[in-house]
Amino acid sequence: MLNRILPHPYLTLLLTIFWLQLVNKVTLGNVLLGFALAVIIPAMTEPYWPDRPRVRRPFRAISYVGLVLWDIVLANIEVAKIVLFKPAADIRSQWVSVPLDLKSPEAIAVLAGTITLTPGTVSAMLAADGGAILVHCLHTDNPDAVRDEIKTRYEARLKEIFE
Amino acid sequence: MLSEIFISALLVIGGVFGLVGSYGLVKLRDAMQRLHAPTKATTVGIGGILCASIAIAWLERGVASTHELLITLFLFVTAPVTANFIAKAYMHRNIEAASLPQTETSCGWAGYAPPPGENEPPSGDKSN
Repeated sequence: MLNRILPHPYLTLLLTIFWLQLVNKVTLGNVLLGFALAVIIPAMTEPYWPDRPRVRRPFRAISYVGLVLWDIVLANIEVAKIVLFKPAADIRSQWVSVPLDLKSPEAIAVLAGTITLTPGTVSAMLAADGGAILVHCLHTDNPDAVRDEIKTRYEARLKEIFE
Repeated sequence: MLSEIFISALLVIGGVFGLVGSYGLVKLRDAMQRLHAPTKATTVGIGGILCASIAIAWLERGVASTHELLITLFLFVTAPVTANFIAKAYMHRNIEAASLPQTETSCGWAGYAPPPGENEPPSGDKSN
């Protein structure tokens, strides 16, 4: 019974929190309205998104967000140094092909977003069968190191969360 | 007093990174390199200013405000998608498949090669 009303409890929780943040005021009425919306919206959108992934380990997802935020700050400083102090002719940009072990489209989308948000790398294209992702790297002398970092730091964690 | 210094520091950090991002747009040489600059401005640049906004509400006015987290979240969801669209449009017009690294799978890159099971090359810009 509970499963039928709440097929995706984390999605419902997330939408309720979103609603409370949008109104920016926590009152009983807002919580109830937010919760009602968070039950109705997933039910209504179910036909458009049939195989919704289930997040296996929500706490790892939270620690993943923390890790990515920290990396964004560090990488920003790194790229700011390149932009400010490196002569344009010395910036060696490279394409890096990263083979993917992830299968779920949602997990690949999160990985692609992570790669783009950490400055210095932009995800550009997937292989036609989804088996690799093409990454543009602003400045690197060692494309293999970039590939290994993406694989061990982000992909391995996403695999634990989604699969 | 202390909180004012803290808030000012956040605003300055956000402003500096926003400025560096814009300067990157001018300095870098081609569209792929320039894409790296705005991804910076939207993360730490905007992040610093939003943290300042949270800090003002909390330290100066005594209200807990978490609106700003939603702005961050929406930016984090939309910025990579925009960057990806721009990258793809640029690649279709300017970059040959031969200049890219190999995929190491049985198919080529989605914008240049047909999906598995199809032999016809994709017409137009049917990627992904």
